[in-house]
Amino acid sequence: MCLAIPVRVTELLPDQMAKVSLDGVSKTVSVALLDELSVGDYVILHVGFALSKIDPDEAERTLRMIRDIAGSAS
Amino acid sequence: MKYVDEFRDGRLARGVAETLHRLARPDRTYRLMEFCGGHTHAISRYGLEDLLPSNMRMIHGPGCPVCVLPVGRIDMAIELARRPKVTLCTYADLMRVPASGGASLMKAKADGADIRMVYSTLDAIRIAEAEPDREVIFFAIGFETTTPPTALAIKLAIKNRLTNFSVFCNHVLTPAAMRAILGNRAEGVEIDGFVGPSHVSAVIGLQPYRFVAAQFGKPVVVAGFEPLDVLQAVVMLVRQLNEGRGEIENQYGRAVAAEGNLLAQAEMREIFELRESFEWRGLGEVADSALRLRDAYAAFDAERRFALAAHRAKDNPACECGAILRGAKRPHDCRLFGTVCTPETPMGSCMVSSEGACAAQWTYRRFDERAA
Repeated sequence: MCLAIPVRVTELLPDQMAKVSLDGVSKTVSVALLDELSVGDYVILHVGFALSKIDPDEAERTLRMIRDIAGSAS
Repeated sequence: MKYVDEFRDGRLARGVAETLHRLARPDRTYRLMEFCGGHTHAISRYGLEDLLPSNMRMIHGPGCPVCVLPVGRIDMAIELARRPKVTLCTYADLMRVPASGGASLMKAKADGADIRMVYSTLDAIRIAEAEPDREVIFFAIGFETTTPPTALAIKLAIKNRLTNFSVFCNHVLTPAAMRAILGNRAEGVEIDGFVGPSHVSAVIGLQPYRFVAAQFGKPVVVAGFEPLDVLQAVVMLVRQLNEGRGEIENQYGRAVAAEGNLLAQAEMREIFELRESFEWRGLGEVADSALRLRDAYAAFDAERRFALAAHRAKDNPACECGAILRGAKRPHDCRLFGTVCTPETPMGSCMVSSEGACAAQWTYRRFDERAA
């Protein structure tokens, strides 16, 4: 139940629904909990609802920080 | 998979682990509780504990809603499901949780009760629409992540004029459980800091954890569920502890905004209010730790609609789930673990849910002597 995964929005549908894709698997989910959404955005999907949008800049920033931490070991 | 694979890079993980070994002060210990069952699962699955210095220990917390639901509430759900014309909809992980007298939702279903597993609250709404002669009850369970979907289902039921849909509400709150654990010194569970929940925080933001720092002086680092996320969070916690800081930090900025999801918070506030007290497996009665439907939505509250009496029941006395959920014991400390209690024949909730500490231990580390 707690499994929540990043999926890509492929189509916006009426009634605050959207089609999302995860490695080619397609599913229709609710996006009623998100304000603004565009095709191509990644969202965290949890029990059929998109809970939050993934910020690509923040993801890159986190990876840079992890690389710095890993690099500082050597 | 984007936003997944890059956070599972083993070479980077080894580098981060080396930094951790350098940061770990030999003159102290680091006891870090990962609150979320999702983190417990990631830690076991990727063997993260093996990467940590010997004076650093992860303590598994109560952040699995299936695990913390007391037996009495499962008994109540079974009682509801056995009533005539009732269809009980539930998330699949609840099906095998042991109830009183060896019962479970799975066995009740086998006995003829109409119990259906759903992926989403919207599925329960669809069933209610398709079968107007049935009383469709959604067995709502979970922390702040599953609560907004329950709220939206109730609003959808109102919008679609459904009169045969209701909710058996068991939603619980993360900060209240953290407070209960920190306040429970009697058992000698000492915690130096928390790896904070990922997607709960995506909903509630960082502010609700402030008391952990302000009142208890402990750091919380909200972290993603991938192995590099967890390791980075541990580095951030260790740095705070070395510097004598106790602050709330966010490792999971890509999915968690400081203020959380305001829309989801508004939906929760509109439909739910605090229960004065709620029983948790392992923690007992915890004040202000759970939600119920507001009076305005009483028609959708299965407990009121079906005059369901509160039911209390005792856990299997040999089962250590309670102590494991408080971080006081580890799965190997339970004499049922791996003997009569396995994922195929679970005796306690921690072995049922894949996020449970015992299930994670059994699946990935049951032969590991160091974990014993």
